[in-house]
Amino acid sequence: MTTGYTSDEIMTVAAARALTSETACFVGIGLPSTAANLAVRTHAPGLWMIYESGTLGTRPDTLPLSIGDGVLAETADTVVSVPEVFNYWLQPGRIDVGFLGAAQIDRYANINTTVIGDYADPAVRLPGAGGAPEIAASCREVVVIVRQSRRTFVEKIDFVTSVGHGSGPGDRERLGLRGAGPTRVITDLGVLQPDPATRELTLVQVHPGVTAEDARAATGWDLAVAPDLATTPEPTSEELAVLRSLTGRGGV
Amino acid sequence: MIVPLDEGVRELVHDGDTVALEGFTHLIPVAAGHEIIRQGRRDLTLVRMTPDVVYDQLIGAGCAARLVFSWGGNPGVGSLHRFRDAIQNGWPRPLEIEEHSHAGMANRYVAGASGVPFAVLRGYAGTDLVEQTPTIKTVECPFTGERLAAVPALNPDVTVIHAQRADRAGNVQLWGITGIQKEAVLAARRSLVTVEEVVDRLDPVPGEVVLPSRVVTAVAVVPGGARPSYAHGYYARDNGAYQAWDAVSRDRDAFARWLTDEIGAQAPLPGKAG
Repeated sequence: MTTGYTSDEIMTVAAARALTSETACFVGIGLPSTAANLAVRTHAPGLWMIYESGTLGTRPDTLPLSIGDGVLAETADTVVSVPEVFNYWLQPGRIDVGFLGAAQIDRYANINTTVIGDYADPAVRLPGAGGAPEIAASCREVVVIVRQSRRTFVEKIDFVTSVGHGSGPGDRERLGLRGAGPTRVITDLGVLQPDPATRELTLVQVHPGVTAEDARAATGWDLAVAPDLATTPEPTSEELAVLRSLTGRGGV
Repeated sequence: MIVPLDEGVRELVHDGDTVALEGFTHLIPVAAGHEIIRQGRRDLTLVRMTPDVVYDQLIGAGCAARLVFSWGGNPGVGSLHRFRDAIQNGWPRPLEIEEHSHAGMANRYVAGASGVPFAVLRGYAGTDLVEQTPTIKTVECPFTGERLAAVPALNPDVTVIHAQRADRAGNVQLWGITGIQKEAVLAARRSLVTVEEVVDRLDPVPGEVVLPSRVVTAVAVVPGGARPSYAHGYYARDNGAYQAWDAVSRDRDAFARWLTDEIGAQAPLPGKAG
């Protein structure tokens, strides 16, 4: 097992690497926000970050605790109203990447952030949809970042808050969803991508020290593994230093 | 037009009303929410895109019968435990919910402000929200035949917001993250705006929203009225207070003590509330 960084750290680094400088990215709070801010400070200085509070092209100098922190407005190219961010920016497909988290995810990358258990009598009531259903429907592609466990990676999610690839090929098109849907799911164990033919999430990459069996053991369905399984390159010292300066864990 | 907060709440917020206290993380009308708790309003339909800590408090105090919303959480911290307790356990009273996405709620307010009965959006397709929420339907575009989601206009009895400034005539100025406040006021039958200060003259500010006094029913001067959220240009968000709320809200007794100590309101008793 490689040491020197945590599994959360390599997950965040891997997620940051998925973003490129020319991209307009709709950023959710938490891990997506950390990863996007890491990307801007390393290889993607031109990443255009949007938070659903209406801050377009924001460049916060510290990590915001919420999507509406004042630092987001102060450092944005412009601040627009909530109807404008959803109707004028998200809905017509002006955003390249939607960056989402999940409470539950299934083999077709459908996401639940609404309830665990029955909707009318839930075991756990979660915050709900927020911007996610339309982010998942309208961005050109979606990147999901979520810790991998059998509690989260389930055979059947309890509630479809946001559609990934539905129940397989052709579903997004039938539903009239315009973007490509989730193209990558990045976890603390590795990276999953939908199989081009079946749309089923397939393990394509593991982080250093993680095996395909580890990932299968943390997945509630029979996880497909790519024959040419890759290994995530180690985080660089620069990536770790910037990440730790963001999260308050100090320098390397 | 310019009234004390307690008078504004007494005259404009009634038992059984549909009430929107809006603010998208910024400029949340917290002091007005606390006054609603203090005055013991009951059976409210609370509306808000992002019910957060002050809605947790209103729900925990037993003010709400229904919640219309799109994301209910403690922003940046986690879940709302009074909201969870009401939905999972019916404490202090059962809470009926009507659940949307942000895009759905934003468009409902836009329709309400526009005086049309519904809004269309490209959304919701394939999600389980469609089955659970009767106010999500599908319509066919009369021009292209395309199927789109339709959501009804939201027209609260009263919308309450917080803003930076008003002038003596009651024209209101707010800026920074302006959220959905303008639409929520224009959609409402009555509105109450708490402000940081009243000034003789409103100096224009980049990116501001101005609500002319003719669409504002009453203004109350409440400096710090958005704390622990923030008022851009006046004070910063108190992130520590949001984190501290988690512990208070997890425990019914701790919450009851908070109600008494901080609000001066009696805690609701299970089985007697509502």
